[in-house]
Amino acid sequence: MELWRRAANPWGQEVLIGISWDLMWVALIGGLAFVVAHAVWAKWLAPHSSSATGGGAAIAGLPAKIMRHATSERVFHWIMSAAMLVLLITAFAPVMGFQFAWVTIHWAAGLVLSATILYHIIHAVFWQDFWAMWVNGRDIKAGLAELSHMVGRNGTEVPKASKYPIDHKLFHHGAAVSGLTAIVTGIFMMLRLETPFWTANPYMLSDSSWGVMYVVHGVSGVALIALVISHIYFAIRPDKWWITKSMIFGYITPEKYAENFDRSLWVIPGVAPQEEKSVPAGVGASAIGDESTGGDRASEVGGQD
Amino acid sequence: MAVIRDMIPAFELFQPTSAEGAIDLLIRYGEDGWVLGGGMDSFDWWKERIKRPTAVVDLANVDELKGVRVTSDGVEIGAMTTLTEVATHPELLANYSVLTDAASRIATPQIRNRGTLAGNLAQDTRCWYYRGGWPCYRAGGNTCYASAPTAMNREHAIMGTSRCVAVSPSDSASALIVLDAQFVIQSARGDRVVDAEDFFMRPSVDIERMTVLNPGELLTAIRIPSTWAGATFYYEKVEDRKSWDFALMTVASAMRISGGVIQEVRMAANGVAPFPVRLEDSEAILRGKAPSEQLGLQAGEAAVRGAQPLRHNDYKIPLMRNLVRRAVRGTEV
Repeated sequence: MELWRRAANPWGQEVLIGISWDLMWVALIGGLAFVVAHAVWAKWLAPHSSSATGGGAAIAGLPAKIMRHATSERVFHWIMSAAMLVLLITAFAPVMGFQFAWVTIHWAAGLVLSATILYHIIHAVFWQDFWAMWVNGRDIKAGLAELSHMVGRNGTEVPKASKYPIDHKLFHHGAAVSGLTAIVTGIFMMLRLETPFWTANPYMLSDSSWGVMYVVHGVSGVALIALVISHIYFAIRPDKWWITKSMIFGYITPEKYAENFDRSLWVIPGVAPQEEKSVPAGVGASAIGDESTGGDRASEVGGQD
Repeated sequence: MAVIRDMIPAFELFQPTSAEGAIDLLIRYGEDGWVLGGGMDSFDWWKERIKRPTAVVDLANVDELKGVRVTSDGVEIGAMTTLTEVATHPELLANYSVLTDAASRIATPQIRNRGTLAGNLAQDTRCWYYRGGWPCYRAGGNTCYASAPTAMNREHAIMGTSRCVAVSPSDSASALIVLDAQFVIQSARGDRVVDAEDFFMRPSVDIERMTVLNPGELLTAIRIPSTWAGATFYYEKVEDRKSWDFALMTVASAMRISGGVIQEVRMAANGVAPFPVRLEDSEAILRGKAPSEQLGLQAGEAAVRGAQPLRHNDYKIPLMRNLVRRAVRGTEV
């Protein structure tokens, strides 16, 4: 298996021209293997979890619908998702042998993705709690406890999650790094194409610099294959469907809230924060299911948009 | 030190006697196999050592792929029929003269004696950056050297480009498009038939191939329906010299004129895009109208709509406009 494609440029220098397409298959097969492995583990090997909410008392005083994602966040998420899927399909389906005119669709979807990400960055910095998506020491401890439980130490207690559990945060950061890298390198690569916006100029950078640009774009692209496969897998798992629904309808039920989240870390307006006890692992909202947003101040306290 | 290229790199040579045998070999070798027709394109690649096939399947002994056959609905031309035979065949001369005109303008008599119709259609582009072995898009790289601001691109495309700006070099392609020809492609899965204009790959779809032929597939015949037999044809090839040159541009047309009015028309050009272009906008302007100088001008304007010249080929826009005008006028000035 090769990692890179190389060629001799007109001056006889050996330069990178892109990633080997073997990496695409590695990402695809690796992503699907992870899905199969996790599905097998979840079906037959996962430690039993208690899904008790603590009874009616636990949800007393909670509203019937607890807002998790404001409309603007959901619209952003689905537009970004559509753009990402179009980008991945137009990038890799032709390599797999599905032939269609992909170039214009690819860069147009790239512009849509860039616009949504720009919106998200501005929104997260100025209108949301930017640090809600930050990984802190408590997240790491919770993640380690979850892992410990997953490998069979059933007695391990796992703290309930804040609005965004550690696995959501890690997925978000992985997707952010890969996505931003693909966007920045993709915009540079667009400068080599004739578009309505400018005249193509392939000599803006040296051959070797362009090669690095193509390789970095390719690596981030194949990383996104694996990330998107895992994301979609968790989004459609029946036990995670409730959190996916929150990205469609915006809210979760009070039972799910009481079962999975720490009231002191995700405060619902009008509901007094309570000291939470740890719960057996597997109960927390450990789905890679909503990577897209930092906590909107309004929605983080359960506000309606 | 100069690179001495006096020897073609070694390959395994196969000379099957049937199309099935050839296809079996092409399937066996896949991407490493190479179809040898007349060799007019192949030997350049091999001598330059840019293409190095493992196995070459020489079709010279496949008799079923040779000759022009008159059918109940037109003619069928075997893929290995020489260009000389195409240019001189009585049935083609009588009813499909746009094709004989095109074939007789290809290269030189020596090349036409050796070169085949399928080879003329399926040959690779003549962009010298690509033929020189540079890692351009078409060669699997990430650059089009021909579209760069400093590139020499006088012969390149003015429309239909997508990263690659090389043009299809086939002289016969535009003639076969106006004749509404169909190309028979044989493979282990059976035959498939594609329209002439769909035989040529768009770079926006697959930048590394000039045609829709997949590994393991063989172009075996070109069928020309009788639809346009005996129509009013026009073919013109513009080249830098009058012989042994690739076209800067070709324009072909077929018209059915009745009562002084163009009832039906098909028009195509090559040398303007990475694939032969059917000029449907021009056809729409011409259909149902009496040929005239003014109509020719309108059709010419429609033909070049959307053209985007490179640094050195803006002359192709008035050239194309005028060739279409001349096709409508029906005679060379």
